[in-house]
Amino acid sequence: MDISFFTAAIVAGTPLVYAILGELITEKSGQLNLGVEGMMLIGAVIGFKVAIVTSNPYLSLLGAIFAGGIGALIYGILTISLRANQIVTGLALTIFGAGFASFTGQGLIGEAVPQNIKLFFENFQIPFLGDIPVIGPIFFNQGILVYMGYLSTIIAGLYLYRTQIGLNLRAVGENTAAADAAGVKVSFYKYIHVLIGGLLCGLSGAYLSLVYIPSWQDNITAGRGWIAVALVIFCKWNPFLVLCGAFLFGGLDIIGFRIQKYEFNISQYLIDLLPYVVTIIILILISARKSQLGAAPANLGATYFREEK
Amino acid sequence: MVNISKSFNNVEANKNITFCVNYGEIYALLGENGAGKSTLVNILSGVYRPDSGEIYVHGEKKRFGDPRDSINSGIGMIYQHFKLIENMTATENIILGQKLGHIINKKKLRKTIIDISEKYGFKVDPDKYIFDMSVGEKQNVEILKVLYRSADILILDEPTAVLTPQETEKLFKILLKMKEQGCAVILITHKLQEVMDISDRITILRNGEVVDTVQTSETNQKDLTAMMIGKSIDLSIERHPILEKEVILEIKNLCLVDRDGVKRLDNISFQVRSGEIFGIAGIAGSGQKELCESIQGLERRKKGQILFKGEDIARLTTREIFERGLRISFIPEDRLGMGLVPTMDIVDNVIMKDYYLQKGIFLDRQPARIRSEYIVKILNILTPGINYPVNRLSGGNIQKVLLGRELDSNPDFLITAYPTRGLDIGSSRRIYNELNRQKMKGIGILYVGEDLNVLLNLCDRIMVLSQGKVMGIVDASRMTNEKLGFMMLGGKE
Repeated sequence: MDISFFTAAIVAGTPLVYAILGELITEKSGQLNLGVEGMMLIGAVIGFKVAIVTSNPYLSLLGAIFAGGIGALIYGILTISLRANQIVTGLALTIFGAGFASFTGQGLIGEAVPQNIKLFFENFQIPFLGDIPVIGPIFFNQGILVYMGYLSTIIAGLYLYRTQIGLNLRAVGENTAAADAAGVKVSFYKYIHVLIGGLLCGLSGAYLSLVYIPSWQDNITAGRGWIAVALVIFCKWNPFLVLCGAFLFGGLDIIGFRIQKYEFNISQYLIDLLPYVVTIIILILISARKSQLGAAPANLGATYFREEK
Repeated sequence: MVNISKSFNNVEANKNITFCVNYGEIYALLGENGAGKSTLVNILSGVYRPDSGEIYVHGEKKRFGDPRDSINSGIGMIYQHFKLIENMTATENIILGQKLGHIINKKKLRKTIIDISEKYGFKVDPDKYIFDMSVGEKQNVEILKVLYRSADILILDEPTAVLTPQETEKLFKILLKMKEQGCAVILITHKLQEVMDISDRITILRNGEVVDTVQTSETNQKDLTAMMIGKSIDLSIERHPILEKEVILEIKNLCLVDRDGVKRLDNISFQVRSGEIFGIAGIAGSGQKELCESIQGLERRKKGQILFKGEDIARLTTREIFERGLRISFIPEDRLGMGLVPTMDIVDNVIMKDYYLQKGIFLDRQPARIRSEYIVKILNILTPGINYPVNRLSGGNIQKVLLGRELDSNPDFLITAYPTRGLDIGSSRRIYNELNRQKMKGIGILYVGEDLNVLLNLCDRIMVLSQGKVMGIVDASRMTNEKLGFMMLGGKE
């Protein structure tokens, strides 16, 4: 394996970074949003559409982020204010997102991202860090969104574990009643972080359609949203582990292409299965281990009624 | 609080309740379960909104829309079921919900917390995780949480329910210190002794209404009981002599290691005779649950021997035990989770125990209906009918359904875990009487309890567990509260 494989694994893993981070922050508030795939698709198609129409990278990203946020907001209203079942609502959001993306993207198939946007996302080397042998070319000779991915995980980690707001947020997810009794505005916290999750998923979708592919195709996410949901568990709800999980799976994602030139006698389909098989294995391994720390927020997926007796 | 009223689904939990508390006083709200104490304090802490009535703090009228408003008025609530986050440290729990925007400064917080705890004379390790703490330590964290917010009105809801006598004593010392510092302390309880020991004034609630407010120095336990219950009843529990002497259950060297590799039961051996009530005492989580489930066949990881009528049942499942004709009945502590299916009616819950003995594909409900009618009648269960979902019944009636079903199968042995938890004095009495009746029939009874007075009065012998180890097996008639508490904390006899 050469260095270019690892460089490509980072690129392939970046959409996962944003999606995992988004879902992780959402889950910290106790909300289980299975609509990641849907929000990614909505973000991807809106981002692409805006790119074709305006040729402006900033507007495209903003459009995608905004679109993901709208998806999350729908989920939030249904589950937080109207107290609908979180699982069903999340699944509905995924199905809705897939339909919406297919429908909106009908005329976009085959179109390519405008040249100036491609240029905007071009790789550039970070001074000093980029000069380190091996690590430099792999991590610090990438596009702007990859660097933003690194930064987001660090910010998220500090936010969750070093600030009062982060503490309150974790309390909401762990024991909603206790947080409420301590005077934390539970619904407000849930809304904000469901929304942040949606914004990040929208951005993740935009990375796929604008940078990674970069043209429009149907079902552009190809199950990455679901892998992200599973990887939140892999990362033990810890933002500092998000990069490991995402890049590992980025590598698994592209290993199929890379392996072709060595002429192994393995079916291409089996190799394409790898990320999904590894996901299942990891989930089994993790559920076999039971420990207080590094477990899911205790009130994840639970609907909260204050006056419930 | 003036004229507070609140109802749930047309049940009036509080009717025109008025009381006042002064600073520098310990004030007790006394009442049976369902008297409306908890509802009242939940209104005061902003969790429930009253249907009508007004709250004044420092003479100022307040409206509590949510717990935040109440906290800001200087009211600190210590809930019966602790509102703590298990996998956070003491410090994190204490500062939860404080002003936003601060980066957490651990060193400074540590010092503040240690300062406060020293001022009131208790010990808390700020970096300890809640899941590592004993019940007493958890309560200390709850109290610190309130003090950290410099609350001057403290409400404690049944604070001693889960404490040993020693821990209770420590708590009371802290409360007295707070009183000295000029705080108002509101103590909610149904334990008369504690009220007499520590409070200055008492308000008695019954059926959601204020019965009376009295000075502690001018009253006694008997009068208080009469006011709580509405009539004077005998609080003592009878203990009948053991009639038979034959050993029905013998446990030899029972060990259990759970899936996390933690030793839950450590070399436990004891004997229970038929016609004996064998008590098990210990602070929560000392292995009581594991022991009950081991005997009953639910727990599969155990090692050692369980001889029931001379037959080793340690390797058998619950159903295999049942099919061999060994009648062991189990009343688990989690009655709606493990004991009964909450949304099903009495008939379906009754049929569950032996439905598979019936022939054919379809269930015949008729025999179960007759049995249900019988159980309802004999145990005096208050229900609109046998086809009424059990989770809509009151706690006492739910317990009676479970007890009725288990006794209906004519057991030789009965395992009960906290059978009167959450029940009022009247219902508890009926359960104790029923247990005594079964004892007279020659049934061996394993009674896991938490109220030491009940254990001492009801049981013949008591085994004390601490961290899965037997601290001693003692004769209940020659034991005191304090000695039992000492052993529960791990002190050898």
